[in-house]
Amino acid sequence: MWSYLARRILIGIPTLWAIITVCFFLMRLTPGGPFDSAAPIPPEILANLRARYHLDDPLWQQYLTYLWNLLHWDFGPSFKYKDFTVTELIAQGFPVSFQNGLAAILLAIVIGVPMGIAAALAQNSPRDYAVSGLAMTGIVIPNFVMGQLLILIFGVWLKDTGWHLPAGGWNNGAFANRILPVITLALPFVAYLARITRGSMIEVMRANYVRTAKAKGLPFRAVVIHHALKSALTPVVTFLGPATAFILTGSMVVETIFQIPGIGRYFVQGALNRDYTLVMGVTILSAAIMIMMNLVVDLLYGVLDPKVRYE
Amino acid sequence: MSEINMAVPDQAISDAVEGRSLWQDAWRRLMRNKAAVASLVVLGLIALVSVFGPYALAWSYDQIDWDHVEAVPPSWALKHYLGTDSVGRDLLARTLFGGRVSLTVGLLATSVALLIGVTVGAIAGYLGGKVDQVLMRFVDLMYSVPLTFFVIILMVLFGRNFILMFLAIGSVEWLTMARIVRGQTLTLKHREFMEAARASGGSTAGILLRHVVPNVLGVVIVYVTLTIPQVILLESFLSFLGLGVQEPMTSWGVLINEGAAELEITPRTLIVPAVFMTATLFCLNFLGDGLRDALDPKDR
Repeated sequence: MWSYLARRILIGIPTLWAIITVCFFLMRLTPGGPFDSAAPIPPEILANLRARYHLDDPLWQQYLTYLWNLLHWDFGPSFKYKDFTVTELIAQGFPVSFQNGLAAILLAIVIGVPMGIAAALAQNSPRDYAVSGLAMTGIVIPNFVMGQLLILIFGVWLKDTGWHLPAGGWNNGAFANRILPVITLALPFVAYLARITRGSMIEVMRANYVRTAKAKGLPFRAVVIHHALKSALTPVVTFLGPATAFILTGSMVVETIFQIPGIGRYFVQGALNRDYTLVMGVTILSAAIMIMMNLVVDLLYGVLDPKVRYE
Repeated sequence: MSEINMAVPDQAISDAVEGRSLWQDAWRRLMRNKAAVASLVVLGLIALVSVFGPYALAWSYDQIDWDHVEAVPPSWALKHYLGTDSVGRDLLARTLFGGRVSLTVGLLATSVALLIGVTVGAIAGYLGGKVDQVLMRFVDLMYSVPLTFFVIILMVLFGRNFILMFLAIGSVEWLTMARIVRGQTLTLKHREFMEAARASGGSTAGILLRHVVPNVLGVVIVYVTLTIPQVILLESFLSFLGLGVQEPMTSWGVLINEGAAELEITPRTLIVPAVFMTATLFCLNFLGDGLRDALDPKDR
């Protein structure tokens, strides 16, 4: 188990390095740069800017410097937010995205999984159709439409009632400002979770060992909770791993719509402004989280499925 | 999704007994599924009006009605059957044209994913050994890359280019396809007809093309119908971030995004493209589910 863990972490490092390398050269080798602008910049200023960001050094030297700095938790200065380093921006943005993401994931699990189980236990009943229909709706409505709709309903139409909620902004993380973004973030995941849980639960309920458990006279509830649920959750965990990684690093859409200063929004702004260092920083962070979550998922398989052994 | 009953179609039917191939069987089951049939019909209609509809309309998608440079409500007299957007362009014409673009991106990107995924999966599964190791480790590596981020970086770096868009999306969506095809190929590899093909001296490429690929098609088709909606969503997401197709070209994603901005004043600019797009996504998902039931002998 421990050697498995150590090996997986050791494999993660070259993976991360490969991602960093591809990303770095992809961005540096394409034409256009952060200092392109409609108004021409005087050549002296441009020269100074390029010198400050070491853009005139040979590319391999820039690359090695970047890697060396990364090892010291230094993601470099931001090209656009000139008074900030990328490390500072991430340190500001990540907690915001993390809190919202965590809240959304928990909300999605608490609502989605029971919904899926309820549907599976009454397959082809009206309850099943209702859940499946809702889940499908949640999957096909893009979250930027959902976000705008929620803003219209709670921010505009219900403005003069007690149901009014702020349509955007962060307000230092006031509870009211978090409600709509977290719901928007959670809805598609509620839908996916309900769908996946339903599918796997239906399959597990047909398994022989569940039939045995029923046959020996266990109460239905005990069969579901003690026998079926654990293995029905395996595909759910598979889905949740990468989904959590994605949601934790900030849904770009939701943070853009609700104007939340999280790293998803920084990434979008950074990409549009060609703020290389900021984009690199956020990409590396989310790749690291993704690798970590994949590892967590593989470890959880061992908890859920006794057939899985780690060597 | 077991392939136990999957015989190669041209081998399965003997002359004496009127046999039914897996595909006829599956088709029959699909036709009994009301949701899937309805989805197929609606999808066909949406595709038809998207492709041919623009020719039948009085206004084209990029034409501004200079007499009414404003949001015109639906009017039969002006031939703006669903009204215009805020600069006086016909909403119906734009939605139909946007459908063309969105469906094209969906199909082309999925084809790219299909091509790469099936090739990699079949080769890895069939050859096994080192080749399998290398290819699958690469897929694993790609899985830990935040791919949406990569698509965005690509779109920013290389400009908003239609061809690049479906290439970028396609090159991101092939991973799961490769894994599924590899798994299927592994179960096929040691079956008798494969042994027979090898024993009769079939080349590797020939066996892959004539025996492996036709036998994984069932699973692949199901996955394709479920990938197209994902691609259409991803395209709309790129459009939302301002990285989609460029004006005056349009797509459902672009239209929905424009409509969302004017939601309070003219809700129909959001509702019309959103209805088209969600209907398409709904149908593709139902069709995918129906196909899975039809091609999966387990749930008969």
